[in-house]
Amino acid sequence: MKLDKLDLSLLNTVADLQGIPTGAYNIRLNGAAVMRQSSPNITVGPRPDGTGLLVEIKPGTVGETVHVPVMLTQPGFQDKVYNTFVVGEGADATIIAGCGIHNESHAISRHDGIHEIIVKAGAKLRYLEKHYGEGSENGKRILNPTTVITIEAGASAELEMVQIKGVDDTIRSTVAHIHEKGSLKIVERLLTQEEQKAESDVQIHLEGNGSAAQVLSRAVAQGSSFQLFRAALIGKAVCLGHVECDAILMDKARIRSIPELQAENAEAVLTHEAAIGKIAGEQLVKLMSLGLTEKEAVDTILEGFLR
Amino acid sequence: MLKLDNICLQVSGDNGEYVEILKGLNIEIEKGKVYAITGPNGGGKTSIAKVIMGIYKHSQGHIYMEGEDISELSVTERARRGIGYAFQQPPRFKGLTIKDVMGIASPQADLIKIRTYLRDVGLCPEDYLDRDLGTGLSGGEIKRIEMAQLLLRAPKISIFDEPEAGVDLWTIQKLLRLIVSRYKNNPNKTALIITHNEKIIPVCDQILVVDGGVITVQGTPKEIWHLIKDDIECKVRDQCQGDVFYEIR
Repeated sequence: MKLDKLDLSLLNTVADLQGIPTGAYNIRLNGAAVMRQSSPNITVGPRPDGTGLLVEIKPGTVGETVHVPVMLTQPGFQDKVYNTFVVGEGADATIIAGCGIHNESHAISRHDGIHEIIVKAGAKLRYLEKHYGEGSENGKRILNPTTVITIEAGASAELEMVQIKGVDDTIRSTVAHIHEKGSLKIVERLLTQEEQKAESDVQIHLEGNGSAAQVLSRAVAQGSSFQLFRAALIGKAVCLGHVECDAILMDKARIRSIPELQAENAEAVLTHEAAIGKIAGEQLVKLMSLGLTEKEAVDTILEGFLR
Repeated sequence: MLKLDNICLQVSGDNGEYVEILKGLNIEIEKGKVYAITGPNGGGKTSIAKVIMGIYKHSQGHIYMEGEDISELSVTERARRGIGYAFQQPPRFKGLTIKDVMGIASPQADLIKIRTYLRDVGLCPEDYLDRDLGTGLSGGEIKRIEMAQLLLRAPKISIFDEPEAGVDLWTIQKLLRLIVSRYKNNPNKTALIITHNEKIIPVCDQILVVDGGVITVQGTPKEIWHLIKDDIECKVRDQCQGDVFYEIR
């Protein structure tokens, strides 16, 4: 199957791809896998129950990337997929996911992506997920990602989850179980505009001694949009955890940030910090003193903040 | 070059009443000179800088630049006409790197030039170019980056607001040499340095002493020093790792 101009544009936005990638990939368009390829070290195939993908990265694989972007362009299409990723022992790999919705209708387009990720002992994973919506009609664009990640002993993962713009409603759920000496870093960046709503719920279970987790959330809410960010760190062992939520509030938008720390071991060190506020006047003036207009200054600050 | 004509500035005080910060201030700045603006804390030095840059809106009077009344121009427009300001306490930006901000300061500058200016203020470009301006930098480092931006931008009028604040002695000397080399006897550039530092004041062409919202004394360093000695109660004190400052009362 050949991708059209619209598909390629979405592909570029959510996965930074100029065309079909090399190596392993699966391109899902309107609920069906339209292109799929495995590589010698990364197998991309269907799950036994047929509900989605099973991606297996062989132990010891180093420096390889698998792309699994999803696109919805059919008006009012509702899609649900269950994908499982297994990163083999000692591997060092990157998964590039992401979903783009183009909805030129009055009907709701929706994608629910449920990802189960297992990072085996000693492996290292970088996971990137960008969400984006577009369309001039009032049909809602809804994206609900669920990520359940298990980090085995001595493994590490970095999840970068970005909502670029144009998503009307999102409920994001991320649950992590980190075992001995495992580590996880989650970077979440969300932009909401107009009447959009975004809810993010992160739960991290630090289960093994020496485990560590860091959650960094950057949010910008514009228009009359609303964001709710919940992050819970549950320290069940000798562990380190930190949650940081920074948000810029504009116009009539609202943001609610609820960090939660739960220590079940006296040696668990869990911290959080949160700051919500408007763009500081001195930041605007500083950039304007370098010749930017006020709008250019705002755009520059937001672009940097959400980078 | 730049003329402040009968400038008054009022700000709202704690009790809601207006407080006059600048009271009919008159200054004429000539092209190609380095000026020191000094005086006691709260005298109005930084207010002068912010009024020139357009950050504070004066309540009375006019500001002329090269004959044009710029009183109603925005900060952006004044910046584009050639006024630059290095903040006393520069703001931090989460997510913007030093390279980003240097690029905004001078869009035509290439990476080689940006590296040179960072080196000039004592920062190793390899260590700093990609650093985030939001966290992890000390006040002194932020201050040096601020200086580097203004030096790189090189506007017609550069205002340095207490370049010595938060910067170590060695770096002050370096910055001072830099400002002198760039501005002294440069017919196209003018520098205004708000400072208390006795190492900076003597190298300037003209000194303006601001107190109570007006210029109380103006002249060359030689003239001002004489007046300070004769007419102003002057207290010399040691501060900042042995550097000598004076305080005019």
